[in-house]
Amino acid sequence: MKAPRLTFWRGVFLLVVAAGLYSTILRFARGLGAATNLSDAFPWGLWIGFDLLCGVGLAAGGFTMAAVVHIFNVERFKPVIRPAILTAFLGYLLVIMALLIDLGRPWFIWHPIIMWNHHSVMFEVAWCVMLYTTVLAVEFSPVVLERLRWKKPLQLVRKALPFFIVAGVLLSTLHQSSLGSLYLIVPNKLHPLWWSPMLPILFWLSALAAGCCMVILESFLSQQAFRHPLGNDVREGLASMALVLLIPYALLRILDLLQRGVMSLAFLPNLEGRLFLLEMVLGSILPIALLLSQRVRRSPRGQVSVAIMAILGFVLHRLNVSVTGMEATLRAGYFPRWTEVAVTMMIVAIGFAIFGLAGRFLPVFDHDRPAMSPVLVEVEGAREVGTKT
Amino acid sequence: MAKGLLVDITRCIGCGACKDACVETNGLPKEADDSQLSDKRYTVVQEKAVANGQTRNVRRLCMHCESPTCASVCPVGAFHKTKDGPVLYDAGKCIGCRYCMMACPYGVPRYEWKSTNPRVRKCILCAPRLREGKPTACAEACPAEATVFGDRDELLAEAHRRIKDNPGQYVQQIYGEMEGGGTSVLFLSDVPFAELGFPANLPNHPMGEYTEAVLSKLPNVVIVGGSLLSGLYWIINRRMTLTRERIAATEPGARPAGEGRQ
Repeated sequence: MKAPRLTFWRGVFLLVVAAGLYSTILRFARGLGAATNLSDAFPWGLWIGFDLLCGVGLAAGGFTMAAVVHIFNVERFKPVIRPAILTAFLGYLLVIMALLIDLGRPWFIWHPIIMWNHHSVMFEVAWCVMLYTTVLAVEFSPVVLERLRWKKPLQLVRKALPFFIVAGVLLSTLHQSSLGSLYLIVPNKLHPLWWSPMLPILFWLSALAAGCCMVILESFLSQQAFRHPLGNDVREGLASMALVLLIPYALLRILDLLQRGVMSLAFLPNLEGRLFLLEMVLGSILPIALLLSQRVRRSPRGQVSVAIMAILGFVLHRLNVSVTGMEATLRAGYFPRWTEVAVTMMIVAIGFAIFGLAGRFLPVFDHDRPAMSPVLVEVEGAREVGTKT
Repeated sequence: MAKGLLVDITRCIGCGACKDACVETNGLPKEADDSQLSDKRYTVVQEKAVANGQTRNVRRLCMHCESPTCASVCPVGAFHKTKDGPVLYDAGKCIGCRYCMMACPYGVPRYEWKSTNPRVRKCILCAPRLREGKPTACAEACPAEATVFGDRDELLAEAHRRIKDNPGQYVQQIYGEMEGGGTSVLFLSDVPFAELGFPANLPNHPMGEYTEAVLSKLPNVVIVGGSLLSGLYWIINRRMTLTRERIAATEPGARPAGEGRQ
């Protein structure tokens, strides 16, 4: 066997993983205090703000696409369902990995299974993430089973799939919104531009839109990487969907600020005001304005740029809720240590690498061959039955 | 009867005897930063500058809420309010998510950041001493009766009495009577509490209600959402099957079903 060539990106990957591993070892050998800038005044930092909140939110394409394709039967989007579910599955595994690094006592991560506190949002999130990761494993399993040609289990999974899809949508709705609910308890700490009783709904809506944009971005990237032709109409449809999801989010966000009478804070010349405007313009207003034009929705470059903007806006919103919106009241001057950034980058890099490997070795993108998509197989099967009668 | 503490800021002379007694009783290290709460200090006395160049000595310690936020938010129920008054933490349950630290409106819980097996640390209202019928170490040590120990009800009555008997000497508020649904530790002061760094905008109901109100809606989401999605799935798939059958019946050797539908 030939040794793999060291390309530029593989070199970057190795460097990032090396830095991340060093930081992880430091964290476990010397404690969270040595590896992070977290403190008593600022106990949640980048790992919660980005790895958890953004990781889970950006993985929302999995349940959104599953619902659109399997429940609403929009067949046009079938080609993206597998990559979307793979992204979500990987996303959740990486979120759990990040949690294992962030939790003070990760060896007790299983405690919520037997130690219940049904008053706790965190308890609910823990259960939903556990269950939904299992659901994603089932939803993704046909890809692996096909590759292994295990017919019997494959049939079994396909029979049970509708149940898992519905369960997945419900579990996702619960914990996507609950990530926002986590911050309902800090009305006196979180800046009023971000604290809102609407946080659960805002988090759910923004995850739907961001998940959709992630599917656009990822289908574009994998098209480049794996040279799988994907009809432009698929991404055009996704762009329309993103538009339809971004509008209610932006409206609710603005209405909520008006109703709470804090809209004027957005225009103060301070850090919070600037960050808010950046978040809204980059993540909502500009993408919506651009997507309203059919030319943008139809052009691959337009689709991808808008998706990237919306994703950046989404990330900024979650970081504002979890980090920057808290800086003023907690007065801890938190800024992530380089080791925190290194762990986050390592996790993202691992995600890219596994996605790449899966794309190469598993039938993730073989949408041109109908037999490879579980739904098409169902349709195919039904058609055969239909033809016979 | 639920016990508690009444801290009268006007009486505190800032000697730090409460802190020393706390360190002694809880076996905390003698050498540590006394300026703020930490994993090595469950209580400290802070000197706060107020108007007219004056200062006040303000004790900081766990407020021992009647409905503790930490107990509400902890995913594994590592915190609980005992009927004696103390809010206690069980390190054996804790997974280290630190949501208690985020959620506590008073910013009390501290973490062992340097440990590889870290615990949350905070005042335990001398729960072991209470069980023996003794007062907290801090109250016992206070030479100025600035911190007094007793039944919460009686302390509250005493606080009201002091405000009434000394007109103009106190602000018209007993901090902890209502805040966040009330606390076992009560404060009296002659300057507004906000000036002393106490959170001023807390609601008079337990903080946990913010999140519990949302959680209580979740079963509805599951039931309504689940039935709606299942129903939609059924209708849409039924219609597709029927369409397919119709195509198959009219046109043997048929076109793909999807095209016929859209």
